[in-house]
Amino acid sequence: MSRARLLQGNEACAEGALYAGCGFFAGYPITPSTEVAEHMAKKLPKRGGVFLQMEDEIAAMAAVIGGSLAGCKAFTATSGPGFSLKQENLGFAMLTEVPCVVVNVMRGGPSTGVPTGPGQSDIMQCRWGTHGDHPSICLTPAYVQEIFSETVRAFNLSEKYRTPVIVAFDEVVGHMREKIEIPEAGALSVVDRTKPICPPEEYLPYDDSQGDVPPMANFFEGYRYHVTGLNHGPDGFPVNASPRIHTDQLRLLRKVEANRDDIARNVEYRLDDADVAVFAYGICGRSAKAAVDLARAKGIRAGLLRPLTIWPFPEAQVAALSARARAIIVPELSLGQILFEVERCSKGRCRVEGIHRVDGDPIHPAQILARIQEAL
Amino acid sequence: MAFDYQRYIRGGKLPHIWCPGCTYGTVFKSLLRAIDAQKLDRNDIAMVSGIGCASRLPGYVDFNTLHTAHGRALVFATGLKMAKPDKHVLVVSGDGDATAIGGNHFIHACRRNIDMTLLVFNNYTYGMTGGQYSPTTPYGLSASTMPYGNVDFAFDIPSLARGAGATFVARGTAYHVPALDRLIVAAMRHKGFSVVEIMNACPTAFGKRNKFKSPTDLLLWMKESFVPVEAFEKLPPEKTQGKLPMGILHSREGAPEFCEAYFAMVERLKEKEGTGKP
Amino acid sequence: MSERYEIRFSGSGGQGLILAGVIFAEAAAIYDGKNAAQSQSYGPEARGGASKSEVILSDDTIDFPKATSIDLMLALTQEACTKYCGDIKDGGTLLADEDFVRDIPNGNFKAIRLPIIRTASEDVGKAFVANIVAIGAIAALTGRVSREAIEKAVLSRVPKGTEDLNRKALAAGYELVERRTN
Repeated sequence: MSRARLLQGNEACAEGALYAGCGFFAGYPITPSTEVAEHMAKKLPKRGGVFLQMEDEIAAMAAVIGGSLAGCKAFTATSGPGFSLKQENLGFAMLTEVPCVVVNVMRGGPSTGVPTGPGQSDIMQCRWGTHGDHPSICLTPAYVQEIFSETVRAFNLSEKYRTPVIVAFDEVVGHMREKIEIPEAGALSVVDRTKPICPPEEYLPYDDSQGDVPPMANFFEGYRYHVTGLNHGPDGFPVNASPRIHTDQLRLLRKVEANRDDIARNVEYRLDDADVAVFAYGICGRSAKAAVDLARAKGIRAGLLRPLTIWPFPEAQVAALSARARAIIVPELSLGQILFEVERCSKGRCRVEGIHRVDGDPIHPAQILARIQEAL
Repeated sequence: MAFDYQRYIRGGKLPHIWCPGCTYGTVFKSLLRAIDAQKLDRNDIAMVSGIGCASRLPGYVDFNTLHTAHGRALVFATGLKMAKPDKHVLVVSGDGDATAIGGNHFIHACRRNIDMTLLVFNNYTYGMTGGQYSPTTPYGLSASTMPYGNVDFAFDIPSLARGAGATFVARGTAYHVPALDRLIVAAMRHKGFSVVEIMNACPTAFGKRNKFKSPTDLLLWMKESFVPVEAFEKLPPEKTQGKLPMGILHSREGAPEFCEAYFAMVERLKEKEGTGKP
Repeated sequence: MSERYEIRFSGSGGQGLILAGVIFAEAAAIYDGKNAAQSQSYGPEARGGASKSEVILSDDTIDFPKATSIDLMLALTQEACTKYCGDIKDGGTLLADEDFVRDIPNGNFKAIRLPIIRTASEDVGKAFVANIVAIGAIAALTGRVSREAIEKAVLSRVPKGTEDLNRKALAAGYELVERRTN
């Protein structure tokens, strides 16, 4: 039976991974995400799973990909500086289409920055961090209960689309504790990768003729195939200067782009008649919701669009909002990153104004309320 | 009867990318013979590599093969091995791949004593990118990024491996081929982390620049320079100048192996859970 | 937001203030069935320095999880008291340790001084249960959590074998307040 528990965001993330069937974690200690690793270190061995503390962040990401190739649902958790180091192998997992989940509990940056304070300035790195064109799915929960359910969803999307999925939240929601209910097994759906049904000698690991997401064989199960970080043909072997590279890279993007409806999740709050809308995620989304309530109490028609999926970006929702609101306020714990995405999608149809803070403290509801009032 | 290499080679994947005179093909065949000698199921073998000339080898063989990022082969391999500890994991790497960009993973795999075999193809250079100096380029020799003679000091890979805790360390060469077959078999049979440094010739990027006029000169140099360790240890100090030992340089059987230690912990925890004790 | 109540536990790193916040939040959220959010902020030191932990209580969903207008603040050290008391709201309460907080800063709040640490070390017998004594005192002062809930929460979070000690510490905290009001 599900039961209420007081859990830290980071613990809820680990619990979500276990619920999703994760049997493999590799990580490296880093504030403010370490509790995810500690929780997995306690739980995984008891379930027969693998917990590895590797020699560095790069190694942890690589081990996760290895674990996933051998058939485990695998993930890692890190923060700012570690997330920078993950980028190399995150790109490898994208190109080789190995499912895995990377949790980034965001702190201030650049460099060592503010290890114990919240930040949101990695959000563009979540989209564009690794070199080359690539798809990105990034989920941004704001409440402890959401961290649990979005982590489950991250594993599901990763298995379904054969691509890494990032779960990005900030130090405040990672470290805070609130009440959550862990659902019974079966209450939330759990998705496993589609395996090939053809005989091994016919298996082509990157054959897109039957759809954009080819079935994936695990290593050691009789399908002996080649995985490489070079651009490759349907059989997995490198190709050089071939039109296949172009079409295959487009397919990788299409896996995400063509499935936006399945991947995207947004919370709309009091938006229907809103004159002023706030666009915010993570801790800023929580502040913004409080600010919207304060504004409504004063008779101001304010509302909130809070994406749970920041990548792919909710382009249509922001475009629609910009057509009917007078202004969109974008509070973020960076000096202006997601603000530009909102501007891009509003195309000048309404005013877009940022509220930015990077001193290690969250933006308070009163600050957002003041900007809502000014925007009228 | 001649050895049938084709059984292990993927159809249509040859010719390989290696230059004429490169010794990787020789080592490749030695590796296939060593694997064959152990009568393993091909489905149970994973071969993992990083980036560089040697790292292309897994593409040619009919196992589960994984060609990863520069320096990272050992850590991808660690993930595979921990997920499926009963399988055989072999890692093929070069000197730059294993000891420069992958140096941290190298020493930690040694320390962890995880049951895998690492073959380091040491040709003293970054061949694929055209002959830059590597952590094993001898002092004074020339490289495209040390055109006035190398002033950087080299690693001795077996000493590094042993110092970091590897429980099996060997050195072979592309010239002493039957001995190399035996070394690879011994390394793979060893329970724990095994490292075989394999001296190789890169006539294109290293040899030409360093007065080895032909690939044969490099092989002759190997023949002269590498002495079986048993004989090497008996040489008077003045005779060891310019010589290096080859063979099994270090072996420690019975040391705790990482997968075994980890899964023994898992079993202990399961028993505890079963008895209801905290 | 109806009935938002903000508590800050402050003192020095290592005094168990984060645990105090966790226990208080757990009592309210799990055993009393209300909503609670607990958060903390800390410097790089694991021990020493000023440390704080906050608990927001509400009947409603808690969106902003940090204290902005504090109803009650506990201060176990002078440093923490001076550093953090500025957020106490007008008419709020400062609960300060009688021995370790000598100067009560000026402010439009009510200051209550209780010998929390002395009670832990002398009456209960262990200085390290000062955080539990403080929880008892705060529960008694605020009436925001039931005694049954706080006792359950304390017992579920403290190390095995220290239950009696902690039960005693909690009771001592309640008594400090009861004696004062009688």
